[in-house]
Amino acid sequence: MGALNAHLVPAVDGVAYGLLLYVAAAGLTLLFGIGGVLNIAHGTLFALGGYLAATVSDGSWSSALLGLAVAVVGGTLGGAVLAVGTAPLVERGELPQALLTFGLALVGGDILSTVYGGDEHPVVVPHAVNGTVHFFGHVYPTYRLMFIVIAAVLAVAGTLVLGRTRVGALLRATADDRAMVGAMGYAPWRVHAALCAAAGALAGLAGGLGAPIIGPGPDTADKVLMLSMVVIVLGGPGSVLGAFVAAVAVGEIETLGVSISSDWAPYLLFGMMAAALIVRALRGGLGGVGIAMPGKARA
Amino acid sequence: MSAPTSPVTPSGSADPSVETEPVMPTVRASQTARTILSSPRLRVGAPATAAAVLLLIAPSTFDGYGIGLLSKALALGVLAVSVVVLAGFAGLPSVGQAAPFMVGAYTAGIMGQHGHGIGVVQLVCGAGAAAGFAAVTGLVVIRTRELAFLMTTLAVGELAVAVAGQWHSLTGGTDGMYGIPPVRPVPGTALLDSDKSVYWYVLAATVVVVAVAWRVLRSPVGKLLLACRDHEARMRSAGHPVTLYQWLAYVAAGALAGFGGVLMCTVNEYVSPADGSFANSALVLLAVVLGGATSPLGALLGAGLIVATRDWLSGPFPGHGPLLLGLMFIIAVYALPNGVAGVKVRLPRRPGGSA
Repeated sequence: MGALNAHLVPAVDGVAYGLLLYVAAAGLTLLFGIGGVLNIAHGTLFALGGYLAATVSDGSWSSALLGLAVAVVGGTLGGAVLAVGTAPLVERGELPQALLTFGLALVGGDILSTVYGGDEHPVVVPHAVNGTVHFFGHVYPTYRLMFIVIAAVLAVAGTLVLGRTRVGALLRATADDRAMVGAMGYAPWRVHAALCAAAGALAGLAGGLGAPIIGPGPDTADKVLMLSMVVIVLGGPGSVLGAFVAAVAVGEIETLGVSISSDWAPYLLFGMMAAALIVRALRGGLGGVGIAMPGKARA
Repeated sequence: MSAPTSPVTPSGSADPSVETEPVMPTVRASQTARTILSSPRLRVGAPATAAAVLLLIAPSTFDGYGIGLLSKALALGVLAVSVVVLAGFAGLPSVGQAAPFMVGAYTAGIMGQHGHGIGVVQLVCGAGAAAGFAAVTGLVVIRTRELAFLMTTLAVGELAVAVAGQWHSLTGGTDGMYGIPPVRPVPGTALLDSDKSVYWYVLAATVVVVAVAWRVLRSPVGKLLLACRDHEARMRSAGHPVTLYQWLAYVAAGALAGFGGVLMCTVNEYVSPADGSFANSALVLLAVVLGGATSPLGALLGAGLIVATRDWLSGPFPGHGPLLLGLMFIIAVYALPNGVAGVKVRLPRRPGGSA
């Protein structure tokens, strides 16, 4: 019981971290699984959201909400740049698009470091949630608890939108057969632009919300891109439930794992990733991209 | 630098219509001039000659920093040539090719620190270690296609970097390995303790390995790879073990990358996980895009252009090398569709019937 008690705080931290990764990876997997774009600039959009939120927030609720809104708008605009940039390249395959996003990531990263400098930017969370709460005899930051609730709501809402609405059905159809969706009367460029904007908005939102957890700094973009990628590889590209489980698992490894054995946690993360790659390769999987909803078998 | 118009044929053949067309004596001179100007021999030859002259006079004209940059460009160029093998010929555009490069560099670093300072031995061992790395990871990587291939190679690359950053006892962790002693090219020769001597050694090694790669790619081996890239199903039906060819190409490209990594370690006398970073992989892809997908020489020139942009042209704007590189990426993607098209994956959309 004592050992369990000692690891309770990192375990809850892991849930918060994992949910943040889930929201962060959602934008990447949306564009990857449905739009066919490997967006290397995803982490940069996350960092942009974080910086914007950090600049606006001053500790009041209104500024926090404003910061979040600015982060989402910034991310969406970044997504729009992606949409405009990749649209002429869609016919030319995946690599030119990936290279373009890398170019945009380099330029964006340079602009961010020029504007915000090389230091971490601390984020002021609203005073009301800046304190700590007590549970089971432990002290825990209130913001993280609130974040867990918000991220869980976001995750459920996203899954419902994808699984139960017309827009979601259109997205899943696009992942399966883009040409057919075009034949149904949805202009492909509109779908592409909407996907890019939505992915950018999600990245900005994750950056703004998660700024108190993964603060905006010079390493943020790389770190978020890499962890989001790990989540997608582990969860299976396009799998909503898989990504969720993978995100929480990665979150736990990064927090609980490090608190139990800081020497072995990184190996665990990448060992899991290597195992996932090998299993998929043996099964001949990883070839198709698409969206798999929880509880629904994919043909 | 000339943008190749037909990246698919490595040598490029002169347009036969120009030679067979009957020409009036009066226009023959201008016609001949145009033929010479448009001949592939000149298009390839002029930049190559210019580069060769630059490489030969560099040590007597540049300062130590410039010579060091040229050496780095050559080491990165060998990595770019490995991408030509993989992306241009085998149609497998890896975005994690810096990983075997890093394996080669660490092999050289570890050997150097343990007193094995013979350059040729390091090159062979580094290339071998990188080939081994590629042989194992290739088993997974070769089974994927298209977007999944990009993702898997990216994941393998990041995994390798993460392991290098964690394995303190072997690699020195994220700080890297400092103070790797200079090498002797072969037993009994002098230590390479100056920028110039290192440069000549790196140049010689690069020329040898690129010549070998070029010769192999021009042989039926290159034709087989191109055929598998463009007509995989047909090649399979004809009984060719396409997957085996692609795996062998992946291993060979890994060995080449490792060779480049050893050279980079010799130049820098320092190895860190950053050598295997995605940024390096992307840079050499850009070099290949700039140079034409199936041209080893173009890849070398592309690598030179990139190092010049990042470390030399950015001099007036300190710290803004990434901005210039990013713009270069963006311009290259739009302006050189042939270069990129040559690297694009041309395999069937879904591995339903073939893979």
